[in-house]
Amino acid sequence: MKILREKSEHIFETILKASQADETEIHFSQTAYSLTRFANNEIHQNMGDEDVEISIRSCFGKKTARVTTNKTDPESLKKMTQLSNHLASLNHEDPHLLPMPKPQKYEGVHHAYEKTDHMKAETRAHAVKVPIQIAQSKNLQSAGIFSNSFTRFAIGNSKGLRAYSEETYAVFSTTMMSNSSGSGWAKFGHSDASKIPVETLALEASEKAVLSKNPIELPAGTYTVILEPSAVLDLLEFMLMDFGGLSVLEQRSAFTEKRGQKIFGSNITLHDNVYHPLQSGAPFDGEGIPKQKITLVEKGILKNLVYSQSSAHRANAKPTGHGFAIPNDGGEAPLNIVMEGGNTSLKQMIENTNQGLLITRFWYIREVDPMQKILTGMTRDGTFLIEDGKMRDAVKNFRFNESLFHLFNNVEELGEPVRASGEEGIDRVVPALKAKDFHFTSSTKY
Amino acid sequence: MQMKEHKYHFTSESLAQEALGEAVSLGATYADVRLIESGSRALATKNGVPTSLDFEESQGLGIRLLCQGAWGFAATHDLSKENVIRTAFKAIKIARASALAQKTPVKLAQESPIQTEWSTPYLIDPFSISIDEQLNFLFQIDEAARKIKGISIVETQMHFEKEKKLFLSSEGSRILQNFITSGAGFNVLAFKGGDLQKRSYPNSFGGQYQRKGYELIHELKLLENVPRMAEEAVQLLSAPSCPQGEKDLILDSSQLGLQIHESVGHPIELDRVLGSEANYAGKSFLTLDQLHHLQYGSPLVHVVADATASHGPGLGTFGFDDEGVPAQRTDIIREGHFVGYLSSRETAPAIHENRSNGTMRAESWNRIPLIRMTNVSLLPQAGTFEELILSTRDGIYLETNRSWSIDDRRLNFQFGTEIGWEIKNGKKGRMVKNPIYWGMTPEFWNACDWICDANHWTLWGTPNCGKGQPCQTMGTGHGASPARFLAVNVGASH
Repeated sequence: MKILREKSEHIFETILKASQADETEIHFSQTAYSLTRFANNEIHQNMGDEDVEISIRSCFGKKTARVTTNKTDPESLKKMTQLSNHLASLNHEDPHLLPMPKPQKYEGVHHAYEKTDHMKAETRAHAVKVPIQIAQSKNLQSAGIFSNSFTRFAIGNSKGLRAYSEETYAVFSTTMMSNSSGSGWAKFGHSDASKIPVETLALEASEKAVLSKNPIELPAGTYTVILEPSAVLDLLEFMLMDFGGLSVLEQRSAFTEKRGQKIFGSNITLHDNVYHPLQSGAPFDGEGIPKQKITLVEKGILKNLVYSQSSAHRANAKPTGHGFAIPNDGGEAPLNIVMEGGNTSLKQMIENTNQGLLITRFWYIREVDPMQKILTGMTRDGTFLIEDGKMRDAVKNFRFNESLFHLFNNVEELGEPVRASGEEGIDRVVPALKAKDFHFTSSTKY
Repeated sequence: MQMKEHKYHFTSESLAQEALGEAVSLGATYADVRLIESGSRALATKNGVPTSLDFEESQGLGIRLLCQGAWGFAATHDLSKENVIRTAFKAIKIARASALAQKTPVKLAQESPIQTEWSTPYLIDPFSISIDEQLNFLFQIDEAARKIKGISIVETQMHFEKEKKLFLSSEGSRILQNFITSGAGFNVLAFKGGDLQKRSYPNSFGGQYQRKGYELIHELKLLENVPRMAEEAVQLLSAPSCPQGEKDLILDSSQLGLQIHESVGHPIELDRVLGSEANYAGKSFLTLDQLHHLQYGSPLVHVVADATASHGPGLGTFGFDDEGVPAQRTDIIREGHFVGYLSSRETAPAIHENRSNGTMRAESWNRIPLIRMTNVSLLPQAGTFEELILSTRDGIYLETNRSWSIDDRRLNFQFGTEIGWEIKNGKKGRMVKNPIYWGMTPEFWNACDWICDANHWTLWGTPNCGKGQPCQTMGTGHGASPARFLAVNVGASH
């Protein structure tokens, strides 16, 4: 954190000295990102980049504007500060804009690992040879990624607020495919690259690819489903904005006028908690307000929303540290979801099921109805029929149309919460679950 | 007015040349460098309050090279000589690492080197228009929409981008390009009793985007369309749900643009067909054996991928792609037959072509170029929209996308739109809400029996196409005029 403090302070000082605004806020980030990509059992893309971003927000009374650059020389910083001042002075007033926060105290989180930052292309290449060799040994084609990154991020404002965050992140994912329509997929991301079990994930994907060969076609309809954590995670992504105080104030949230009401089954409890040991992320929001642990849904009852400074003021509530960088039109959202689970393992869920479907993951999920929270999407890379407590056949992929209200009122069993990765958002902590009466509306040809 | 052209130069061009030279001296058998400076201005309002007044700029350099027959790519924002040389060395090390897990050395289709410049044709530089004028225009729209009783939220937006790009290659190409992009639109939302209805103009996803100057904003007639959009949003609250069943489906050109994007544009990407995107975006039902064999659509269906300026100011219009290949027009579907893919220098030989058709683009200086849709457009045919309605006995007419989803091989799709109308015996009837339609790609395009004429044709900009790992966002163009598809499954989202 010492390097970040020194680098950012130098930039903060230059900008704050040049600014003529009533208030000035600076976001500084420095990133190094590398990714090795493989397909058809060989590396086909491989890259590394470095960038910085300096974002300056000026305020004159209730007028504000933001400029962003990746030029770090003092002359460019002064020029961009003047532009930020100029744009803010030209803007119209935002009656909801509040003064910038004073210095805050933050709880520490540890998400930066030197080994992740220093992982080289050669290390990643050797790592991806593992899934490639597993695929070749089973006559499969593999594709996937192994990436690592380091992000340093700091916020400073003219009132003396300083907030710092350092985070590394590594992620491995692979899709294994057979020549007869079968495919399997696995993915895991973590701040500490050494925690990524590349071989285990590759074996898991390859086993599903082998099991998925020659899928049968089932009619669309209502089925009991066992959703693996990645499938649960990608559905939850579409509910996060609804927990925002601004969305509720504007009546565009599916939870409008539902606070205190039972919206889900009694076995559903959701928190937002950046301090959870399996979580990632900075302990502060886009204005530098410390993130609080918030219970959003407790035993099915909508308990709390999350607020930025502005929406909290409008709703007569307290800010929770979930606001986006200003200016924005979205307000805030809980990005560090922790969903409580149960003690039923995936294996037990399968054994307890007379007839149902095991879903590895969903694909191309989109919101069909924002108030009923109806989503559509496809199953992908491992959908299996379960009969009499056993996995039977692979099944051709289905399209679903399902309301999240309906789904989370029909959950019968929950697994242990794990850190899960999907493709619709960032990693979060969720369990596998079993739910009845899930709606599939059509199937595809593979 | 005359179209403007700008001559320009890069102060860092000598650094880019040094990076290229360093890459070759370190063992690259091929190398290219892209040096980019970009800037954007975004303005937005919501219910009389500014929600965005942002300016962003970025500069950097990316080096792509082949060493030991494998790809390496490195990029940096730091344009000091020392760092640019270090970045070239890093790209070499990455390529050598790629070679550790590579079966076949990469071979590129031939491309003649060229030294030239190209600029987006435009009339009015959007960055020359004052912030005051732009903000005041958005607030005028906002105020006019909020005057309509029943409107709860009004959102307006404008977005402008400029980009200068220098491409240098070890084969001797030097290409300077200058792009201008403009976009604008508004949304109106109405709520009642737990129902939320929305209308967007001229399209969803923030409106219309084109490679044009500020003249686009004047052409869009935003203010003139506020009353109609606002009134429709309010009327939708009390409209019946879209009836369910097989209907003759008429799509407006904007929704048809997205249908083309999802069910033609993506499956024709040759990298996707060959498996490069299998872990994320997926593969394609258009396997190589389908080329020149698949009846993709009815004989009316003629789709081209056209990046040339003569096609129009689409988001896929350019002079040269990010491999230095000139913009081209390629037939994709001709008289319903599947006849072409989007290719690159690496993939073209897979379909026995000796040249790329020029579709490689990267989101910015720090990303690898990928095969991206250019302007993938459905060519107009004959007949007016009025004649189309008159000739429809039992149909549904749908406008403006609300939701979209398609499987990872681009077969099973479902789209929802903001609004629809029943068509009965040649007349536009009652308004219906929450319409969706679904189907399978080849069956859908084979059911096309009417495409309106060129007077109804619009080149839409899709600014938010995602592809690749890391995901890169790219603008694509899709021209379409309203069209009819027989016996399509329609229904309501509830």
